[in-house]
Amino acid sequence: MKKEPGSGKFKLWKKGAHLFSPRIDRFSMKIYDIYKFILRFFKEAFVPPYDFKEIIRQCYYVGYKSLVLISLTGFITGLVFTKQSRPSLAEFGATSWLPSLISIAIIRALAPLVTALIAAGKVGSNIGAELGSMRVTEQIDAMEVSATNPFKFLVVTRVIATTCMLPMLMMYTAFVGMMGSYLDVHSKELTSFRAFFHNAFQSITFLDISASVTRAIVFGFTIGMAGCYTGYNATQGTQGVGRAANSAVVASMFLIFIEEIIIVQIVNAIRPI
Amino acid sequence: MKKHISHIDRSTAVISIRDLYKSFGSLHVLKGIDLDLFKGENVVVLGRSGTGKSVLIKIISGLLKPDKGTVQVLGEEVDKLNTKELQALRLKIGFSFQNSALYDSMTVRENLAFPLTRNKPGISDDEVEEAVKQVLEDVGLSQAINQMPSELSGGQRKRIGIARTLILRPEIMLYDEPTAGLDPITSADINSLINEVQELYHTSSIIITHDLTCAKATGDRIAVMLNGQFNKMGSFEEVFDSDNDEINSFYNYNFIEGGSA
Repeated sequence: MKKEPGSGKFKLWKKGAHLFSPRIDRFSMKIYDIYKFILRFFKEAFVPPYDFKEIIRQCYYVGYKSLVLISLTGFITGLVFTKQSRPSLAEFGATSWLPSLISIAIIRALAPLVTALIAAGKVGSNIGAELGSMRVTEQIDAMEVSATNPFKFLVVTRVIATTCMLPMLMMYTAFVGMMGSYLDVHSKELTSFRAFFHNAFQSITFLDISASVTRAIVFGFTIGMAGCYTGYNATQGTQGVGRAANSAVVASMFLIFIEEIIIVQIVNAIRPI
Repeated sequence: MKKHISHIDRSTAVISIRDLYKSFGSLHVLKGIDLDLFKGENVVVLGRSGTGKSVLIKIISGLLKPDKGTVQVLGEEVDKLNTKELQALRLKIGFSFQNSALYDSMTVRENLAFPLTRNKPGISDDEVEEAVKQVLEDVGLSQAINQMPSELSGGQRKRIGIARTLILRPEIMLYDEPTAGLDPITSADINSLINEVQELYHTSSIIITHDLTCAKATGDRIAVMLNGQFNKMGSFEEVFDSDNDEINSFYNYNFIEGGSA
């Protein structure tokens, strides 16, 4: 006998019946929920009206407000990485390779990852807490009943902002990290600014830069989505707000590492030997 | 007695609820609710905390879906509408939340302008400013225009919350515990404001409360909710001229032991 569409176990499952164990079902339901959330983002992001003003405001919060932390972390990363690498290279009399080594390490690996982890901690938790607080104080419901689409205004704008700003922050981190490295190289070997950067960029290819930008875009999308999903679906009062902020950071960091592994594998497969 | 005379059109029901059921898991909140709200009327839904009063108005505004039954608002069945139709209907419904639900990150001006600019994309800045000032004047808070919600008192927040719904000129107002957490004098001010809104904006309202003073001051009709159903409905005097122990204890606590009136 032909089954009706939407009938059977799946329909029962959606109504609350268990397919497997309650824990597996809850997990599957969550995955299904996240899938619907992401799908809704793509449906609403490309349909007018567009909230350009709000997107720019969010870009300001994501980008400009993270600059101090990013500058400090990027600079120290470059400086410390150079200091730690020097003794090993000095053993082989290869300290002249420092600029190349540092540029490869920073541009290929450290800049996207460090930027993403800092943004996950600062921006992701902020989005999770803000939307969570709006949810539990009924501000999101208030938007909905005043015939406004809160998903479009709150979620779409924030995800677009994080997706656009992360690549820019990543490039800025790379630049600041290189400056930190240059400071150390210059103080020890009196290398000129021009010679340092000439040497550094000799080993960098277009693939390195485009792969890092792509990673930053993916990480930015992940941070925005994780923050918005946990905040938008927050429950149980103030406790729920804290949980939303915490989950946003944990989920984004976990996903960032998984995405990093996958993208590195793909880029290495493409890279000419 | 209600202080002013309402102009009620009993031939037109703006909200019509039939056999409404709603459960959350094993908790059965609404068990067969029937209600008509007539044009120009204020109906107070009275009941103890946790009896499902707020759930009722959330179903009316489409924030929650009923398990069974029908809710017709201005002739349209709420849970059968698609997103666009529901948004169009919501422009005609004002919802005043228990905690006001003002947008923390916006000033009073931005809070009031937000629904207007979102729903009328072509509206000029001057028109928005005029509408904001007018509605603030109507709720008696013109001086608060540049303040942040965190700088307002509980009563002022309620007024701004009501003003934010009024700016869209709704036909129906839903008030969720309008006097909760307010002192008796501020509560009396809010009760007067609800009556003024009814008069000035010609709205029909459902007022959810457990405050009998509010019910007496604002309600043309009172519906007492007990155990997920309307136990009694009528004028304030009709409802409380009752043999039901629970209704009597509610009255006695509010007006004798609680002494809020």
